[in-house]
Amino acid sequence: MATTNSRSLAQLMLFPSVILLLAWMIVPLCMTLYFSFLDYNLLTPGNNEFIGFVNYEFFLTDPAFLESFFNTLLLVSGVLLITLVGGIGLAILLDQAIWGRNYVRIMVLAPFFVMPTVSALVWKNMLMNPVNGLFAHFAAWIGVTPVDFFAQIPLLSIIIIVSWQWLPFAALILLTAIQSLDREQLEAADLDGAGPFSKFLYIVLPHLSRAITAVILIETIFLLSIFAEILVTTSGGPGYASTNITYLIYTQSLLQFDVGGGSAGGIVAVILANIVAIFLMRIIGKNLEG
Amino acid sequence: MGSITLKQVTKSFDKVNVIKPIDLEIIDGEFIVFVGPSGCGKSTLLRMIAGLEDTTSGTIEIDGKDATETPPAKRGLAMVFQSYALYPHMTVRNNIAFPLKREKISADEIEKKIANAAKILNLDSYLDRKPGQLSGGQRQRVAIGRAIVRQPSAFLFDEPLSNLDASLRVNMRLEISELHKSLATTMVYVTHDQVEAMTMADRIAVFNAGIIEQVGTPLELYNNPVNQFVAGFIGSPKMNFINVDSTGNDPTVCIGIRPEHIEISTEKGMWSGKVGVIEHLGSETFLHVHIENNETLTVRTDGNCELKYGDKVYLSAADNKILHFDAAGVTLNND
Amino acid sequence: MAINNSNKSKLIYTFFAWGISGLIFFPILWTLLTSFKTEAEAISASPSLFMFDWTLVNYKDVLARSPYFDHFWNSVIISLGSSILGLLIAIPAAWSMAFMQTKRTKNLLMWMLSTKMLPPVGVLIPIYMLFRDFGLLDTKIGLVIVMTMINLPIMVWMLYTYFREIPGEILEASRMDGANIVDEIFHVLLPIALPGIASTLLLNVILAWNEAFWSLILTAANAAPLTAFIASYSSPEGLFYAKLSAASAMAIVPILILGWFSQKQLVRGLSFGAVK
Repeated sequence: MATTNSRSLAQLMLFPSVILLLAWMIVPLCMTLYFSFLDYNLLTPGNNEFIGFVNYEFFLTDPAFLESFFNTLLLVSGVLLITLVGGIGLAILLDQAIWGRNYVRIMVLAPFFVMPTVSALVWKNMLMNPVNGLFAHFAAWIGVTPVDFFAQIPLLSIIIIVSWQWLPFAALILLTAIQSLDREQLEAADLDGAGPFSKFLYIVLPHLSRAITAVILIETIFLLSIFAEILVTTSGGPGYASTNITYLIYTQSLLQFDVGGGSAGGIVAVILANIVAIFLMRIIGKNLEG
Repeated sequence: MGSITLKQVTKSFDKVNVIKPIDLEIIDGEFIVFVGPSGCGKSTLLRMIAGLEDTTSGTIEIDGKDATETPPAKRGLAMVFQSYALYPHMTVRNNIAFPLKREKISADEIEKKIANAAKILNLDSYLDRKPGQLSGGQRQRVAIGRAIVRQPSAFLFDEPLSNLDASLRVNMRLEISELHKSLATTMVYVTHDQVEAMTMADRIAVFNAGIIEQVGTPLELYNNPVNQFVAGFIGSPKMNFINVDSTGNDPTVCIGIRPEHIEISTEKGMWSGKVGVIEHLGSETFLHVHIENNETLTVRTDGNCELKYGDKVYLSAADNKILHFDAAGVTLNND
Repeated sequence: MAINNSNKSKLIYTFFAWGISGLIFFPILWTLLTSFKTEAEAISASPSLFMFDWTLVNYKDVLARSPYFDHFWNSVIISLGSSILGLLIAIPAAWSMAFMQTKRTKNLLMWMLSTKMLPPVGVLIPIYMLFRDFGLLDTKIGLVIVMTMINLPIMVWMLYTYFREIPGEILEASRMDGANIVDEIFHVLLPIALPGIASTLLLNVILAWNEAFWSLILTAANAAPLTAFIASYSSPEGLFYAKLSAASAMAIVPILILGWFSQKQLVRGLSFGAVK
């Protein structure tokens, strides 16, 4: 439904958002690309001369990069695993008839709405602190040495914190998907003699596959950029044990003032994220059909 | 005022041509129905007349003035949508007042016009309700009321009765026809239901795949369809078509005969066959008779028909009721 | 998943549901409770759940001695400001895409969403330098701009889905009734779409309030919202758990409440159509 008049008006209405987003994306990205080819360090004032791919070489061969890369993979897959398994479980549980379902929902969803810095600090200080934290008290109570979370298992600790934050998201999306499952399918399966486990495997899980895929892709996009939790708990340490790519680039750019190197890292991060985004776009595109 | 002229009007969406060049003269004050199967272009043409769609080429004249480029608000037409398109957040009163407020007339005038429309359409008791609280038929009337107050040159109806249940549809048909008689304003009415077309129209335009097959009064179309398409579209149940072999000079490849024009005899007739499914409607009966060459004829007869499934019957029809069609589907003159 | 009405299974499920959700909620509960304890009590080796001397001293301390309220206010301005600014830009775009669909609409929408998937570190340096050069570092305006930009795709997406639920014929009817574009949007579209607009606003306030990358990097003492200010409580000197809890409680309770009301919006805005 359109006439030439209304169509040109429509273009006009789109203009601001398109231009702004274009500027927001293209201009800085081009600058990053440009800087990545320069020898540019704010601590060593010089000519900022063009050095081609040298920054990339340094960045990619730096052992810190390798470690951060694997940390990123571990971080993302760890959180995904916990939130998906937990999310499916919670979704099934919350789908049942239980008393006080609304209150249960409030409690389960709450972590997602807590700002990351608060989450990290609360976990770090009040729960995980090896002297005064609750976990330490609990360990003492059962007669075990308390774990020094951030010194001994820094990455795992961060995985725990981030999983806690994202579990509600996965649960909510999967719960919404479960509730859209046609009950009659399950009833037909009952009549066919299927037990709860087969019903789950052959009916519920396939129905959830679309939602699960969405959760995986959306979480991945956000999890690649985990930052605040690391900043506030371990600052990436000890060493690079809990540094992910995002944090690595941050330290190089704003703490070591290596504009060239940090930019190269930034471009690498963009490329990695793009690979995931391509998959996500395909899924969204399919959803837009419907 | 109220005459609309379409000259060589076409419409294409991207490269797809959906309306071939159409010429049509809509006479001031007439009730003309655009009828045809889904996708034939009748709604698109209506929306082009309204100004909601661009015209790819050709001109649309309203009251003699070229309105092809005029925006919808300025064409002096009013439209009743299939889904009524009422403003859900406004009361009935404000729905009807909406177009009037755009015209910048005094509040008194507006009140008067609303009261008038409400009286004509029996809306007085729900002027202060919102559309969500009304039934389908009531919403329909509000949509019409909103159109009436604008005192347009012509009313455009886009399948307004499709969303109503069957009995309500019959009532609304009568109401709309009454309205036309009392307002004497041009009405262009789109429907896919040929019963609506036949009962309401002064003239009918039968659309098929972007062209107008025929324009004429209901009886003209019933008695003298120009081709097989119109013959099959008008009249319910559908006309029977029998393929015949073309012989010599006679280009007829198909003949058509309406169920109501077939006579039944148990002794002799033009076709013989066995009775199949029988549909008893009380007022009339429809027999599906299987005749030679695997053809089936639908025959209409009295309500108290006593034939049964499997009975052998003979069917005939008067010569002047049989239509002949050539290979292109065009009706050949009889005598 | 069998629909089982017997009370016994209901009891079992209820037990597990409350148990697990209680564990999940526990850190938040603990924070809220600790905020009312004394510091000594907060680090006590035998912690108690409810049996302690409740006190408001932590709240008084946080509010009195630190510029807490200023940073709270920063969060409000930045979240609300960026959401309203975003709406002003997103509503026309969503109107255009929902009601004047062309072949390119879908691609455009996907492109917009893809800008949200850009890792912030990819533009960290230029944004930082541009902000520095234009004097936008540590300003509320600067952060409002950033928040608007990163949430714009989600706002356009959400408004698009809400607008699509409105039959286009209503807008066409208004056009036939003589409405110009301003009339159409203000008198017809916005009133009908108000719930959807409110939902979009709500979700974006929440997302902006909790944003923890740019708000940490681009601000310092002046414009820091609560996300950044709380981070400054992380220095290892002194174990002020109770005060940390009070500061945290004040930072998260408003959003917890808002979040409770925005579950549906969350699904709509962040699942990109994968579930209905």
